[in-house]
Amino acid sequence: MSNKLNRAMWMSLSLSLLCALPALAQETHVGKLTGHADAGKKNYQRWCIGCHGPFGDGNGENAPWIDPKPRDFTVATFKCRSTPTGTLPTDQDLYNSVARGFTNSNMPHWDALTKQTRIDLVAYIKTFSDRWKTDKPGDVLKIPTETPINIQSIAHGAELFQKLECWKCHGQQGRGDGPSASTLTDSKDNPIRPYNFAAGTDDSRFKCGTANEDIYKIFMTGVDGTPMPSFNDVIQPNDAWDLVHYLRTLQVNRHSKENEVLRAAGGKIPKIETPAAPPASQPAPQPDAKPQGGRK
Amino acid sequence: MHTRNVRGRRPEAARCAWSLVLFTLALFLVSTSPRAQAIPAFARKFGLPCSACHEAWPKLNNFGQVFKDNGYQLGNDKDAPIFHEPAYWPVSFRMTPNWHRENTDKVLVDQAASGVQSITTHGFDLSGLDILTAGTLNKNISFLMVPSADSTGAFHFESVWVRFDNLLKTSWLNVKMGKFELDNVFSEKRNLTLSNTGGPYQIYHYQPLTDVSAGTTPFGIGDNQLGLEVMGHSKNSYTRYSVSVLSSNDGNVGLPTGNSYDVFLAASQAFEAGGLGLQRVGGFAYLGQLPTVYPTSGGAPIPGAGQGYKGFQREGIYGMWYLKRLDITTMFTHNSESKYLATGAAADGSIPLPDNARDASWNGALIETHFTVNPRWILVNRYEAIRMSQQSDPTLPSNLGDIDALTFGTRYYPFMHSRDGFAIHPEYSILRTRGNFQNGAGPLQDSTTSSLFVGFDFIF
Repeated sequence: MSNKLNRAMWMSLSLSLLCALPALAQETHVGKLTGHADAGKKNYQRWCIGCHGPFGDGNGENAPWIDPKPRDFTVATFKCRSTPTGTLPTDQDLYNSVARGFTNSNMPHWDALTKQTRIDLVAYIKTFSDRWKTDKPGDVLKIPTETPINIQSIAHGAELFQKLECWKCHGQQGRGDGPSASTLTDSKDNPIRPYNFAAGTDDSRFKCGTANEDIYKIFMTGVDGTPMPSFNDVIQPNDAWDLVHYLRTLQVNRHSKENEVLRAAGGKIPKIETPAAPPASQPAPQPDAKPQGGRK
Repeated sequence: MHTRNVRGRRPEAARCAWSLVLFTLALFLVSTSPRAQAIPAFARKFGLPCSACHEAWPKLNNFGQVFKDNGYQLGNDKDAPIFHEPAYWPVSFRMTPNWHRENTDKVLVDQAASGVQSITTHGFDLSGLDILTAGTLNKNISFLMVPSADSTGAFHFESVWVRFDNLLKTSWLNVKMGKFELDNVFSEKRNLTLSNTGGPYQIYHYQPLTDVSAGTTPFGIGDNQLGLEVMGHSKNSYTRYSVSVLSSNDGNVGLPTGNSYDVFLAASQAFEAGGLGLQRVGGFAYLGQLPTVYPTSGGAPIPGAGQGYKGFQREGIYGMWYLKRLDITTMFTHNSESKYLATGAAADGSIPLPDNARDASWNGALIETHFTVNPRWILVNRYEAIRMSQQSDPTLPSNLGDIDALTFGTRYYPFMHSRDGFAIHPEYSILRTRGNFQNGAGPLQDSTTSSLFVGFDFIF
């Protein structure tokens, strides 16, 4: 009798755990916050469904009139990550994206929503793709301490801008008008424009943030779903910081330490010998390469 | 020199009869004033459904509050009109065809045997029309213009202002000038009730019966006012403040009263309570004054030349409490006004104060609950109580003019998208006023009015 009772208890416990598993799988964690997909669903219907659609495939009723198109959550490809290209982002990455919004798009910043609302939304967004059940987010990129901003760093960044052929898309002046710019498409074959650095002002943002660290992260992880590749395997961290410093000088209307340094140097970037070069075995990603990380 | 307030003192019976008429008129004016600002032009501009900014339109959620506080800008680089299709026209229209039933339990009727009868009217009707044009003239310069008509088509400007946003590159400094709604987070312009009795917030418009019968200028916190507002807010509008300097004319154009100015102060703080939602507490104060004496020309008062100013105050505190889908707003107000305003006396003595006259004061309490079933269905309930704490005439009953108002209803939105809005809106409201009815020399009696309202509320 006792054995039967024990067995029944264990079966009951096991069944309870099995039932609870899907709910647990739909939880999301950022710091002390725990997001719940069921709560997120209600919020999604209020704020997100118009663009991202009821199935999360980016086919909301507003999608036809929106450029760039809303994200398709069913393929689980995300632009702003702290993880390597092609991998899933962390919950923190998604949480940050919801709060920050995306500049030059219809996606506003949602930091007026409570933290709990945002983390619930993240939990629900992750239910649209089975990839979240099979894959884990990639390892978070380690960002080394920023190197000093000086004219040598800017000059080296300028060299890299040429060597890595950033100019092909972004243009020599960073205006987003390089020779390849008009041919670029995203992972859904929609035309996409490279970032226009020259339009930057004090309050302008990048797709994935505003700080130098964010720029560093953007080209070390790439912007998945777009032609912007990852340079993580191509350049060294110090080189990446040099490139960041140069890119800041392309924001000619922005007050920045980089522009101060450039002005102090007479406004001209000196030519210097570049010690670093992409290893032969790892050629620089082509600017007109297929969008990275796309899983159509 | 003559006074504008010629009624002075009257026999009590006539005074109460006039009170009823004027009170009813005031209520009518309030209830037919243009309503809420929910603007599909914004939804079309930004491609967001109504539910993004509205808990249930027209009631704002915090995202909508931030959007409003930021000068109708989302901050996603598409705010300035230069980035929009030239064909985009920031205009919306709102109107509500409806059926309504109104009842007043005591009306003086010549043909009634007792001289008093309950009167009920019902039928199909129209609301007023709001034409809402709003948006940005340039980045960080926003505007709102609302020509409004009553149900007969007579137009006036309900709201017109221009605002400079984010001055000195900070959200803490924004300056607006024109005619605008006072910075009421618990907004009457965005309320969820529409009936004649339940549409306006009594707590925002109440004036003592003696004040109404004295004919002093109507005033309401809920009325749009003319002036200049300086306001600021944190990025997420959790913390907000505003200071307004207003002409003392209750938003009426043409400077009809005097040259005095009022001040309105408001501040609130929101905080997160985990999964319960965003809670907010706040307070406001209105310090106003009105003339009691008017110079005349050829015997007629000269508009705008009022003198002998006497003061009035409105102070309130409120809390907006969210328990997931249930939210409760609580408000308490204390209000007072000069004995001159409360009795219609003139500061120069040309209409003397009644014997033993004193300042009038009253308190108001409100509790409004919403249950948001989902973004397309909301249940609404509101109870308001106003109690006189001091009559200007000590001989009057202490509860003269006290009111209790109860309103409940629901709004169902058959669809929710970014092009227009539509709600099916049934509502019932009832209002009891103490001692505002008198038949001849008979005793003061309570009266009750009620409204039943079913409307198709649409905006496009």
